[in-house]
Amino acid sequence: MRILYFAGLRQRIGVAEEEVAPPQDVRDVGRLIAWLRASSPAHEAAFAGTSRVRAAVNQDFAGLGDAVAAGDEVAFFPPVTGG
Amino acid sequence: MAVRVRVQQAVFDLAAEIAELTGGRTDVGGVASFCGLCRADDGLVTLELEHYPGMTERAIERIADEAARRWPLTGATVIHRVGAIPPGAPIVLVLTASSHRAAALESCAFLIDWLKTRAPFWKREVFADGSTRWVEAKGEDDQAAARWDRA
Repeated sequence: MRILYFAGLRQRIGVAEEEVAPPQDVRDVGRLIAWLRASSPAHEAAFAGTSRVRAAVNQDFAGLGDAVAAGDEVAFFPPVTGG
Repeated sequence: MAVRVRVQQAVFDLAAEIAELTGGRTDVGGVASFCGLCRADDGLVTLELEHYPGMTERAIERIADEAARRWPLTGATVIHRVGAIPPGAPIVLVLTASSHRAAALESCAFLIDWLKTRAPFWKREVFADGSTRWVEAKGEDDQAAARWDRA
């Protein structure tokens, strides 16, 4: 599974992307966040206040209950500020 | 309807884009435009814009498709710049063309309101002393986008 981070989230975690292999019970975005938070203090700090983190699965906006699986591209980022 | 979406570093040319949108047609009654510029908020010297290549273009295309479903448009253009942008320089261009003005004006406002809340771009302010600050999403942008929600 390919994880991408953008903007302030990327800055706090320190990498733009990482390849991960979460256990089988990590089946949705919410559980993936919980699993990633446990992987390092930087991840924990970056995801703290999950209500402000947005997600996309395979380049579509996704909610905490949306499914994730091996091979997916999952992105995390702050609320968007374009225009 | 032809929708043209571009994410680019380069400055765009408003007149050339309007000519491209209307060229060879005689059914266009009006073109509405919104051009967003970089403000020097709190004395910033550069605004850095970042996007999610692939997803950003797709998200804008979907918003433009929704505009085409709601209004009878002959065409639309959305250009959003990324990279380092100085105060006073253009950031985003939305053009909508239709046979009649109401459709062009309303769909142009819709496109920029939805783009601000639904297209993955992020702004970071850079100040003269080298410090930086990520721009926070604004509640008023959500409210502006929500006025186009359908009951």
